[in-house]
Amino acid sequence: MKTDPQKEERYLNASTRQLVWWAYKKHFLAMVGLIAICGLYFSAIFCEFLAPYDKDTRHFEHVYAPPSKIRVIDHEGRWRWPFVFGTVMDIDMETQAIRYVECPDIVHPIELWVRGDTYYFWGLWRTNIHLFGVPKPGKIFLFGTDRMGRDMFSRCLYGSRISLSIGMLGVMLSLGLGLLFGGISGYFGGISDGIIQRVIEIIRCFPSIPLWMGLSAAMPPHWPSLKVYFVITLIISLIGWTDLARMVRGKLMALREEEFVLAARFAGAGHFRIIFRHLLPSFTSHIIVTVTLAIPSMILAETALSFLGIGLRPPITSLGVLLKEAQNVTTIALYPWLLIPVAFVIATVLAFNFVGDGLRDAVDPYSR
Amino acid sequence: MLAYVVRRLLIMIPTLIAISMISFAIIQLPPGDFLTTYVAQLSVSGEAVDEAELDSLKNRFGLDKPIYEQYVLWAWNFLHGDFGHSFEWNKPVATLVGERLPLTILISVCTIIFTWLVALPIGIYSAVRQYSWVDYVLTLIGFIGLATPNFLFALVLLWFSYAYLGMSIGGLFSPEFADAPWTAAKFLDMLKHLWIPVVIVGTGHTAKFIRIIRGNLLDELRKPYVVTARAKGLSETKLILKYPVRVAINPLVSTIGWTLPELVSGIAITAIVLNLPTSGPLLLGALMSQDMHLAGSFLMLLSMLTVVGTLLSDILLAWVDPRIRFGTREGV
Repeated sequence: MKTDPQKEERYLNASTRQLVWWAYKKHFLAMVGLIAICGLYFSAIFCEFLAPYDKDTRHFEHVYAPPSKIRVIDHEGRWRWPFVFGTVMDIDMETQAIRYVECPDIVHPIELWVRGDTYYFWGLWRTNIHLFGVPKPGKIFLFGTDRMGRDMFSRCLYGSRISLSIGMLGVMLSLGLGLLFGGISGYFGGISDGIIQRVIEIIRCFPSIPLWMGLSAAMPPHWPSLKVYFVITLIISLIGWTDLARMVRGKLMALREEEFVLAARFAGAGHFRIIFRHLLPSFTSHIIVTVTLAIPSMILAETALSFLGIGLRPPITSLGVLLKEAQNVTTIALYPWLLIPVAFVIATVLAFNFVGDGLRDAVDPYSR
Repeated sequence: MLAYVVRRLLIMIPTLIAISMISFAIIQLPPGDFLTTYVAQLSVSGEAVDEAELDSLKNRFGLDKPIYEQYVLWAWNFLHGDFGHSFEWNKPVATLVGERLPLTILISVCTIIFTWLVALPIGIYSAVRQYSWVDYVLTLIGFIGLATPNFLFALVLLWFSYAYLGMSIGGLFSPEFADAPWTAAKFLDMLKHLWIPVVIVGTGHTAKFIRIIRGNLLDELRKPYVVTARAKGLSETKLILKYPVRVAINPLVSTIGWTLPELVSGIAITAIVLNLPTSGPLLLGALMSQDMHLAGSFLMLLSMLTVVGTLLSDILLAWVDPRIRFGTREGV
């Protein structure tokens, strides 16, 4: 087989990072996942701007409004700039369900860069510009509204901000704990290793959801929501760190007998320097993979707790808090768009899993 | 073999003690003790507080003693089957637990059986016919099954069956059997409802198992002994089922222990969504109303279930794999 010499040259001179990136790019699902994650985090970071309304604005005349249909053809059959029809509320006498009827003569064109609810962008400056919207008195609800007439699309964006940030924060905490205890356990071995491994085994024996339930139910109900947020993150990461610690321990045990560690020790390096300067960098990629695969379970844990009503509480809005509204079967049967946050949760989890799998295959570029 | 079992049993004891300590600590976490909650409940409902009853309760659970004595008393009573008293239900905890826990165990066992029955043939098929379209479809379903958490799956299924099939799949018994004593008819009725939680909880694990079996079996199929067997003219079915499959499912046996906590978690939260009379909803209620004796007993018993499950799977593994039985260390 003849290979392009220029290509071969490039391959031989490439840094590890480049090789990983090349291998990663070949993985189709992993690329899809990466793009999805970037999109989700982008919308979480700029959610105030992207959402047409504030998450707590109530539209009293639009309680349980279904998702607005975006149209390009009006009732006379003409093509126009995307628009939504105005709606009129109507109550179904048989089921007592609230219905909305579209009025074909009221047309609200969708505009970009509209002025709406005022917000503090990242708490820094006041503005009221939103990416899209319809001029007043028209309303646009891409995902419908909930029982208080709050826009589900905006709430989903705000909710994924909280859920994604909990995933990140929780994983940072468990990474810290995992590195610390896994490091001690793997590098020093002996009694400390025995004790830490026992503790990990005991923690893993507990069924996680009942344990989380127990810990978070112990939180006094009068705590401010920010404190609840941090404590919930802490509780979730308390269990997640065991996987990381086991991984770090296994790697350290395998690596600590290598010659380069011996060389470092002879050169007079301390334990701290050996661990952080020589050992950890040699399996950073494995840590990144484990962390990526740990984030979705953190997000799911928060969603589950909030869904049960013992996690985050309003006014903090996470995807789980949103799903709490959708617990009642009769409500969901009448207003199925309340289930839309489920799609966000599943998309996030799938995306992280794809990225994690792709990374796992890509991090070892010399294996082929 | 016996020595191995005895050694495993001895290791179990400190684990159980540690678990009981954590369970007790969780009971003690909320401010005040459960008697203050009880008294508050009584005074809200306008009932008189009986001082003598309070004193006897205090005495029974040693509430005026220091915390470690309380723990010892609690653990001692627990060992003797006295799990305490539920103030919300005004019943002994043991009665409540006796009603609910068997159903949790039943669903767990059924789920494990379901998982194996489904995952084994599918896993073998995807490995043998690697990269066929069936393999691709199954992999995709597996990914989605892995990513969908139990309770969301339950929620979507609940909505779907209600909105499109016009039936409610919640509960474990039809209304006419809910409070009836156990009869053959009630048992049959339960079987009709049982498959729903089993499928919901089992899907994720089935997906995981399929992936493990497929991966392991693919590794095995490439080994020379398979080629040798084929060259000797062994029929394909017999060849695959008799040798590589047996090696490939070995690691799965060891995962039964670790699957149990996840199963119990999954059942707890699925039961809350589907409103099943298992331990999950009762535990949630107990935690919400700070009925801490009930909550603590459930935490303790569910964890014990896991520990015993792990023990069973370890023994099973030792029975299957002689390397473990004779104490050779597993590779790190």
